[in-house]
Amino acid sequence: MEITGLCKAFPGVQALDNARLSLRSGSIHALMGENGAGKSTMMKCLFGIYRKDRGEILFEGKPVSFQNPREALDSGVSMVHQELNQVSQRSVMENIWLGRFPGAGILVNERKMYGDTKKILENIGLSIDPKEKIENLSVSQRQMAEIARAISYNAKVIVLDEPTSSLTETEVEHLFEVIRLLRDKGCGIVYISHKMEEILAVSDEVTVMRDGRWVETAPAGALTTDKIISLIVGRELLNRFPKKENVPAEEVLLKVENLRGAYQPAVLDASFELHRGEILGIVGLMGSRRTEMVETIFGMRKKESGDIYVKGKKVNISSAKQAIGLGLSLVTEERRQTGIFDMLSVTFNTIIANLDAYCRFGVLNDAEINKDTDGIIQRLRIKTPSRKTKIQNLSGGNQQKVIIGRWLLTQSDIVMMDEPTRGIDVGSKYEIYQLINDLAKNGKAVLFVSSEMPEVLGLSDRILVMSGGRVAGVIDARGATQEEIMRLAAKYL
Amino acid sequence: MRKIGRFLLGYAIYIVLFVLLTTIVLIDNSFLSFRNFGFILSQASTRIILALGIAGIIVAGNTDLSLGRSVGLAAIVVCSLLQNPAYSGRIYSSMPQLPLWIPLLAAMLICAFFSVIQSLVVGVLKVAPFIASLGFQLMLFGIQSIYFDTVNNSSPIGGLDPAFSRFAQGAFNVAGVRLPYLVIYAATTTAFVWFVWNKTKLGKNMFAIGGNSEAASVSGVSIVKNLAAVYFIAGLLYGFGGALEGARTGSATNMTGQSYELDAIAACVVGGVSMRGGIGSIIGVITGVLIFQVINYGLVFIGVNPYIQYTIKGFIIILAVSIDTQKYLKKK
Repeated sequence: MEITGLCKAFPGVQALDNARLSLRSGSIHALMGENGAGKSTMMKCLFGIYRKDRGEILFEGKPVSFQNPREALDSGVSMVHQELNQVSQRSVMENIWLGRFPGAGILVNERKMYGDTKKILENIGLSIDPKEKIENLSVSQRQMAEIARAISYNAKVIVLDEPTSSLTETEVEHLFEVIRLLRDKGCGIVYISHKMEEILAVSDEVTVMRDGRWVETAPAGALTTDKIISLIVGRELLNRFPKKENVPAEEVLLKVENLRGAYQPAVLDASFELHRGEILGIVGLMGSRRTEMVETIFGMRKKESGDIYVKGKKVNISSAKQAIGLGLSLVTEERRQTGIFDMLSVTFNTIIANLDAYCRFGVLNDAEINKDTDGIIQRLRIKTPSRKTKIQNLSGGNQQKVIIGRWLLTQSDIVMMDEPTRGIDVGSKYEIYQLINDLAKNGKAVLFVSSEMPEVLGLSDRILVMSGGRVAGVIDARGATQEEIMRLAAKYL
Repeated sequence: MRKIGRFLLGYAIYIVLFVLLTTIVLIDNSFLSFRNFGFILSQASTRIILALGIAGIIVAGNTDLSLGRSVGLAAIVVCSLLQNPAYSGRIYSSMPQLPLWIPLLAAMLICAFFSVIQSLVVGVLKVAPFIASLGFQLMLFGIQSIYFDTVNNSSPIGGLDPAFSRFAQGAFNVAGVRLPYLVIYAATTTAFVWFVWNKTKLGKNMFAIGGNSEAASVSGVSIVKNLAAVYFIAGLLYGFGGALEGARTGSATNMTGQSYELDAIAACVVGGVSMRGGIGSIIGVITGVLIFQVINYGLVFIGVNPYIQYTIKGFIIILAVSIDTQKYLKKK
């Protein structure tokens, strides 16, 4: 497959400018670039979700122009999305054959469907029952089901969009095996990811995009992490992490004792202390209930037992509102679901948690609201045409910055962030790291949950490892190794 | 082509309404008279007050089918308490003549009370707003019918206190131009609701809840309290609008206000208030009501069969909502 000279403009932005990609069959081709570099736009043009302005797409030597994803699928070009679109109440096989159940007339041939599904699943080394409901599967199994669906269409090109963002290491390994298997069968695979290590491990070729333009295509063997990063950001990034300048103090701002949540999945037993000026990284495998823990502290989930102390005082938090009143804040994991108000402006999204500060005798002061919003836009270098722009028109990284800005405004002393850099480009990541550092330097206590080990090691003062809903250990980040962390993470499995 | 398509989609509702209006004017060009617009404006005034009430509820991501019955309840209560002492059929024949504001305030508070209960059913018990308000629609109808039946044996409550009639039917005379009180009330209400929407915490919270209730909750917005406040204001406006409807039409029955909610919702949607919540503006609501009222009155004016009127109105509502939905789909 070959894409050349692809152009696509949106009002005010040239999203794609002569973008190109050439995919050989039987190879894994990594597509990289910052958020907003045009990777998704290019794929959406390929699948007919957007109409391209100019450019040509050749598939098996013939020019094609798919009108919709279904047409692409029928021709053998399929995509596994980052957010899986599956009918979770139905079985694996029904999801795979949805829209084209085998059978005659209005009758469905269940047996053939079962057999075909089983064969495909076995081919990719997946031992799940085709009749299992999707909702009972793990994220990685659901992803495999999507890949199985692509295979069922005899796909010659499969696009994987950030497939590993919520997988554990073993699951990633399995995914790679499957991908390699597909490659060896002659499929061309486009692999979109931000994770350098993975890209170098699995791909044959790498194409880097920046600002909607093609930057470089090179064999993976000829690249290093640093080289890729400099291609992506267009400048040499000397360090992936800013220099640590914060000094943890003695004072304990947040103390948690034997915290246990009321409803499953729940944190089972967590105790730790968080000091002023400290950055505490929280790691664990999928299902170790890190998110559940921070959400229980923040009052979003009901606590069954255990005590929480804020600045030495025992507190009872049963809603986010109370938590905010006590000086806590939380940047949630699911940005779209629990973070942004997508149809509303950047201003609205920035100030919504801080309305009390602008309220005099029941009236909001617009001048102050605008001043604070502009301040946040400048301070966090948020790329937006104006503060009135709807937040849904910003890239993921900039949306995340707006949410972090929201919590900066509340001036909370205890800042909790759940996967603050997920799905964000390298440049924005660095800026968020810098911000976390600054917060700690200015005497805040920062707690952040992350699945990216280098990030936790590079940023934290101490690392709390969770395993099966419990705290498996808290270790000093200096001198900590990934092996040590992994051992702790498996402690209660 | 795509640009034209987008343009058509964005303005389709106005195009349809414009065609409809042009047709009306072509059939009878005396429609375009100053007097008619005076009528339309006073008729639209109570509709504006009601639409502003329900618009807040819609922006907060809910809906309210009990509006019409609230209006009826308020009309019955106010009319029964404000009858002319000289009127022979007066219900409370021995009651002293009440000042206007007491029954008015009572009706507004009664409606607000039911609205707040409804908000709790929606906010605390998590009953879908559609169902909750349908239930309240029936209950309110039952309650007002019992009252209506008991106090006046199901005959229309008329013979209103002249002061009360004047309250709704009167007008200022500004340099020879008649300016109905109703228009003043509508304008004052508009200013009040605009202020709440744009200048208060409640306004921002309302948009937040409608835009993304989970994110609102994480940001420290109390869903239950803010919903209750939004419904409370809506209830007050229903009560006010209902009292005005009673005074404007000169009597009240348990059919007063029936299906007003559909007109109000339709006007909101035509004015760009999204049924998904989180989107809407005061100017939009006012425009929606006015457009809708012009069409309504115009159809009556040229003598269109009432059944055809229903059909046309129903079509406009579906058109408006489907366009709203399409706009959302485009953005995905």
